[in-house]
Amino acid sequence: MANYTEENLAEELENQEYKFGFVTPIDADTIPIGLSEDVIRLISTKKEEPLWLLEHRLHAYNVWKTMEEPNWAHVHYKKPDFQNIAYYSAPKQSKKYESWDDVDPEMKATMAKLGISMEEQQRLTGVAVDFVMDSVSVATSFKEKLGELGIIFCSFSEAVQNHPDLVRKYMGTVIPTTDNYYAALNNAVFTDGSFCYIPKGVRCPMELSTYFRINAGGTGQFERTLVVADEGSYVSYLEGCTAPQRDENQLHAAVVELITLDNAEIKYSTVQNWYPGNKEGIGGIFNFVTKRGICHTNSKISWTQVETGSAVTWKYPSCILKGDHSIGEFYSVAVTNNYQQADTGTKMIHLGKNTKSTIISKGISAGKSQNSYRGLVQIHKSAKNARNFSQCDSLLMSSECGAHTFPYIECKNSTAKIEHEATTSKIGEDQLFYCKQRGISEEKAIGLIVNGYCKEVLNQLPMEFAVEAQKLLTISLEGSVG
Amino acid sequence: MITIKNLHASIDGKEILRGLNLTVNAGEIHAIMGPNGAGKSTLASVLAGRDTYEITAGEVDFEGTDLLSLSTEDRAREGLFLAFQYPVEIPGVSNVNFLRTAINEIRAYKGEESLSAKDFMILVREKSALVELDSKLASRSVNEGFSGGEKKRNEIFQMAMLAPKLAILDETDSGLDIDALRIVAKGVNQLKSPDNAAIVITHYQRLLDYIVPDFVHVLYKGQIVKTGGKELALELEEKGYDWIKDAHPTV
Repeated sequence: MANYTEENLAEELENQEYKFGFVTPIDADTIPIGLSEDVIRLISTKKEEPLWLLEHRLHAYNVWKTMEEPNWAHVHYKKPDFQNIAYYSAPKQSKKYESWDDVDPEMKATMAKLGISMEEQQRLTGVAVDFVMDSVSVATSFKEKLGELGIIFCSFSEAVQNHPDLVRKYMGTVIPTTDNYYAALNNAVFTDGSFCYIPKGVRCPMELSTYFRINAGGTGQFERTLVVADEGSYVSYLEGCTAPQRDENQLHAAVVELITLDNAEIKYSTVQNWYPGNKEGIGGIFNFVTKRGICHTNSKISWTQVETGSAVTWKYPSCILKGDHSIGEFYSVAVTNNYQQADTGTKMIHLGKNTKSTIISKGISAGKSQNSYRGLVQIHKSAKNARNFSQCDSLLMSSECGAHTFPYIECKNSTAKIEHEATTSKIGEDQLFYCKQRGISEEKAIGLIVNGYCKEVLNQLPMEFAVEAQKLLTISLEGSVG
Repeated sequence: MITIKNLHASIDGKEILRGLNLTVNAGEIHAIMGPNGAGKSTLASVLAGRDTYEITAGEVDFEGTDLLSLSTEDRAREGLFLAFQYPVEIPGVSNVNFLRTAINEIRAYKGEESLSAKDFMILVREKSALVELDSKLASRSVNEGFSGGEKKRNEIFQMAMLAPKLAILDETDSGLDIDALRIVAKGVNQLKSPDNAAIVITHYQRLLDYIVPDFVHVLYKGQIVKTGGKELALELEEKGYDWIKDAHPTV
C-alpha cells in the first residue's frame, strides 16, 4: 500500500519537515479490516498464544462492546470507525532470527533512516533497543548481557511465550480491562509491545528503549507494555515514537503498566512525535493512551514526557501511591501547533502514608491548536501526611491558539499539604527583540526561550533523549510566533 | 563609522524623529542628551531595528552598509550593540548559553568558526571581571532576579563579550547608584578603542564625568539642535533645557 512517492511527500511538506514521513514497502501480512471475535481468535492464533490469553482477550472484547466511547475531554475529532481498521500487520518473517544478520535488509534500511543503527548502538551507547514495527518486535540486542543480570527485556509476545507466569501475575493489575473504553479495546486486540522485569536488588546498567512505527495504512497500533521492578531494583526506560505521513487518521491506543515493588524505582521517559496532521489539520495520529504505575512501599515512579506529535493526544500517565513513603512524579512538555489538540495530564492517587507527588506540566500552544492540562491529585482518607506540588504552565505562541487547565484536587485527609501554581505567558516581543539585537535569529531565539521554558522537564530526560527533545521542540514550533 | 542623514521615524502615525543628522567616527564617544520626549530612546530603537517604528525618510550608513535595509539580527552581526534601558528577563535561558549562542551566530555570519567551550569560558571569566559581575550570575537565567544595577552591568558584560563596533547605551545610568555607575563607566571605558565607537544616551551629566564624551548633542523634538564638546553637558546641567527650547521654537 505504498502509494506515496517522493513527489507526493515533497508536495505535502510545509515549513516544518516531518522527516520521518516515509513508508517502507515491506511485504506486510495484514488481516482484513474489522473487529469481531473471529479477528481476535485469528490474532491470538497467529501469535501462538496460550488459552488464558485468548480468554483474556475475548473477555475484554465483550466488556468493550458494552462500553461507550468517552467524550468528556476537551478535544474534538472524528470518531474512529472500529470496523474500518486492520488489527494486525506483521512484516512477513519466515523464521525468527537469532542474529542481526538475519534481519530483512528493508527493515534495516528503515531503522537506519530512523537514526537507529544497531551496530552503532552496540558499540557506543550501550542502550539496548527493542524495535517494534507494525505489531511485531524485530530484534532485541543485549539480551545476553541483560540476561546475565537476570533482567528480562523482550517483546510482550515473547514474554507471553517464555515468561508466562510473570506476565500473568502482573498484567492487568494496574490497569484493569474495565478501566476505560480504549484500555478495554487494547486488552482485546493488543499485538505487541515491551516486557521488562528487573530482579530484586538489580540496578539496570543501561537505559532500555523501544521505538515504534505505524507502517501500513489503516493499521491501528495497540501496543502493550509491562515493566516490573522487583524489590530494591532500578530501571530507566525510554519510549520514542515516529510514524510516517498518512492521510487517514490512525489510532494509537496503547496500555502501559508499571509496577515498583518495595524500594524499587522506575524512570519512564517518552519522546513522542507521531505525525500530527498537516497544516490544515487533515490526517494525523490519534494518541489515546492509558499509562499507569503502582508504587509499593518506599518506591518511586517518574514519568517524563515530551509530546510534540499526534493530531489528538489524550493521555494521563498516573501513579497509584499505594505503599507508604512512595513517590510519584510527572514531568511533561506538550506542544500543539496548527490544528493539533491535546488533553493530557496526570493522576496522583495517594493511598499510603507519607507519600509525595510532583507534577510539572509545561504546555506550549501555537497555530490554531488547543492544549489542555487535566490533573487529579487525590488524597484518600488513609493517606496521612501526603505531599503534593503541582505546577502547570502554559505558553501561548499565537493569537489563535488555546491553553486550558483543569486541575482537580480531592482531599480526604486533613494532614495533607497540597500546592498548586499555574502561569500563563506569551513569548514576548521584547524577549525576541533582545535576542535578535544580540545577533540571534528569531528561530534560534524561539528555540532558546522554549527550551528554557521547558528546562525543568527536559532535565529529567536521559541525555540522548534530551538532545532529541530539544531539536524536536524547535522544529515543532518553527514559524509559529505571531 | 555611522552616518545618519535626515532620519524621520514615526510610531502609530506620530512623528518622533524629524530629520535627524549625526555622524560618528571610529574612536569617538558621542553623548546625546535632551528633554523627555525628544526622541532619544526612539533613536536607539530605530537604529537597533525595532519594527514598531516606521521609517518615513532618511538613510543610515553603517560601515558602508545600508543599515535600514538590514534585519535586527544582521545589524547586530555587523557590529551594532544596544545596551537596553530596561533589559528584559528570559527565564530558563542562562546568560552563558545566551551569549554563547549569540557569539557563535555572529561568528557564523562572518564565516568564522564557533568559539570552543573552553575559549568561551575563558572569555566569560575575563569579561565578567571587567564589570565585577559575579561568575555565579553568569550561569543564572538572563536578567532573572537581577537587581537594577546587576542588569545594567550585565548589559556591559554582554557588550564586552560581543565586542561591537558601535555601542548605543540607552540611559545606562538610569536607576544606578554611584558605585554601580562607576563600575559600568569603568567597563565602558576599558572597552574603548580607536576601532570602535559609542553613542551614550543620557539625561544626566553625572555619567559623563566618568565616560568622557568627545561630542555632546542635544536632541529636541526629533532633531539634533545643538552640538558641542563636553562643556555643553555642564552647561545643560547648570541651565536646564529652556534656553535650547527657546532658541528653537518652531522645530
